[in-house]
Amino acid sequence: MPQAGSGHRLCPPPEGPPPRPRKAGFDWRAAFMPGLISSASIIVVFGTLAWLVTSADQWPRIKAQFFNIDHMIAAAPRVAQGFLTNLQVWLIALACIAVWALVLAVLRSLRGPVFAPFRLMVVLYIDFFRGVPALLLVILFGFGIPALNIPGLPNSGLFWGGVAMVLSYSAYVAEIYRSGIDAVHEGQRAAAKSLGLSEWQTLIYAILPQALRNVLPALMNIVVALQKDVALLSVIGVRDAVREAQIYTATTFNYSSLVVAALLFLLATIPMARIADWVNRRDRARRLQMAG
Amino acid sequence: MSEIAIRGLTKYFGTNLVLDRVDLDIKAHQVVCLIGASGSGKSTLLRCINRLVEPDAGTITLDGVANDAPQFGRTGLQSKVGIVFQSYNLFPHLTVLANLTLAPCKVRGMPRRDAEARAHEVLARFGMERFARTYPEQLSGGQQQRVAIARAMMTTPDVLLLDEVTAALDPELVGEVLAIIRDLKTRGLTMVIVTHEMGFAQAVADRVCFLSGGRIIEEGPPEAIFTRPLHPTTQGFLARVLEPGQS
Repeated sequence: MPQAGSGHRLCPPPEGPPPRPRKAGFDWRAAFMPGLISSASIIVVFGTLAWLVTSADQWPRIKAQFFNIDHMIAAAPRVAQGFLTNLQVWLIALACIAVWALVLAVLRSLRGPVFAPFRLMVVLYIDFFRGVPALLLVILFGFGIPALNIPGLPNSGLFWGGVAMVLSYSAYVAEIYRSGIDAVHEGQRAAAKSLGLSEWQTLIYAILPQALRNVLPALMNIVVALQKDVALLSVIGVRDAVREAQIYTATTFNYSSLVVAALLFLLATIPMARIADWVNRRDRARRLQMAG
Repeated sequence: MSEIAIRGLTKYFGTNLVLDRVDLDIKAHQVVCLIGASGSGKSTLLRCINRLVEPDAGTITLDGVANDAPQFGRTGLQSKVGIVFQSYNLFPHLTVLANLTLAPCKVRGMPRRDAEARAHEVLARFGMERFARTYPEQLSGGQQQRVAIARAMMTTPDVLLLDEVTAALDPELVGEVLAIIRDLKTRGLTMVIVTHEMGFAQAVADRVCFLSGGRIIEEGPPEAIFTRPLHPTTQGFLARVLEPGQS
């Protein structure tokens, strides 16, 4: 029995039921105030901008030049036709970039002196293709290589412009892959090695699945960015959405066709961005659930 | 059956000498605990035994065969010597079952059906069979470590290396892992254990080696080491570990 005054005692439970949780009702203020505030601020900001633009002296001319509904409707079929080219190039390039960048990243992350030449080559490759503007690469490849007239090689600017995009984007994506590979804990390699997996098997079965999950948000970002950058091919005469819009502009001296192209790009990229958000959120939720 | 003989084992990390001409003989079915301060070379010594770390000099033989001998092939050593790590190192993207079957299927070419049957058998032995389809991160630390031990036991190794396997666990989860290790000892496994659990070392070890500065400076039966340490460094270490806050 502890002595009185020592401070050691049993603590009796409190009497009666615990108090009720605070306020179960629906909170109207919390539910609607954020929406109200953001709507109001959007109206104020964009209202001011719209007033500024439309009150300018030249606005009627600009409106007729860029936002002419008749011209927009007239240009839409051709621009949309061009946009299909954009989508095709985008999808094919994505597939090529995903594979080629992975090859680069894997070559760069291989260990041991035997692979030193490969690592050096990949470093040089990435330095070069990240250092040269994609626009320049598209011009060099799209005009230069077909002009060489090498028998057996395709002669289309579209093909070589696409190759330039793949080579350029792969340099970035390879670095993203590599950051994901480096982020996998060293203990994973030790575990794989201790189980007898070869370096190659370790990469395929242990490292890469984790690395790809690490960099999924960054990859989705690239997917969206590439969707727009396909428009670079227009400078070498590929009849994509931008090129078709320019052709329309050249014959009518009206720029509304370019606005149509811009709208088409937005129509494609905004859902892509939402899908990217959704994929990332789902992945995050899965991880949190796992950690819980 | 596996007798380990370590002779003149030396390892540098850069210019830092972490193992200095270590000699150690471990008889079959013996349990040896390596103790010592952080950086004394315990884990490096352990990892040299299955060649996770390549030593700079010295030899390690298993039943008289060097552990880098060609007759082990690329994966023979790994099926003879299993290892369990402090941080479990389970593959987080694979289920418990897939963690266990990965190496048997991919490295040893065992049919999936056989590997899974074997995995269920091993998991059942460690009381983990109902978690076969869950992912490692959904398990507690103690459960993860039991899975890691099960993974190491898939190939029925003769030797098991344990690298501070309870150091990352909450105190109330340590017991379930130590119970398994005791059970493995009764089954005659040769074990080399790096540990900071002195009570456990005392209970399970046949022999305790105290490392300091990359050398084994004192070794003997646990009751001798823990009650009558000879070397002043050992005495100081044990005083700090056994009565923290006293010195």
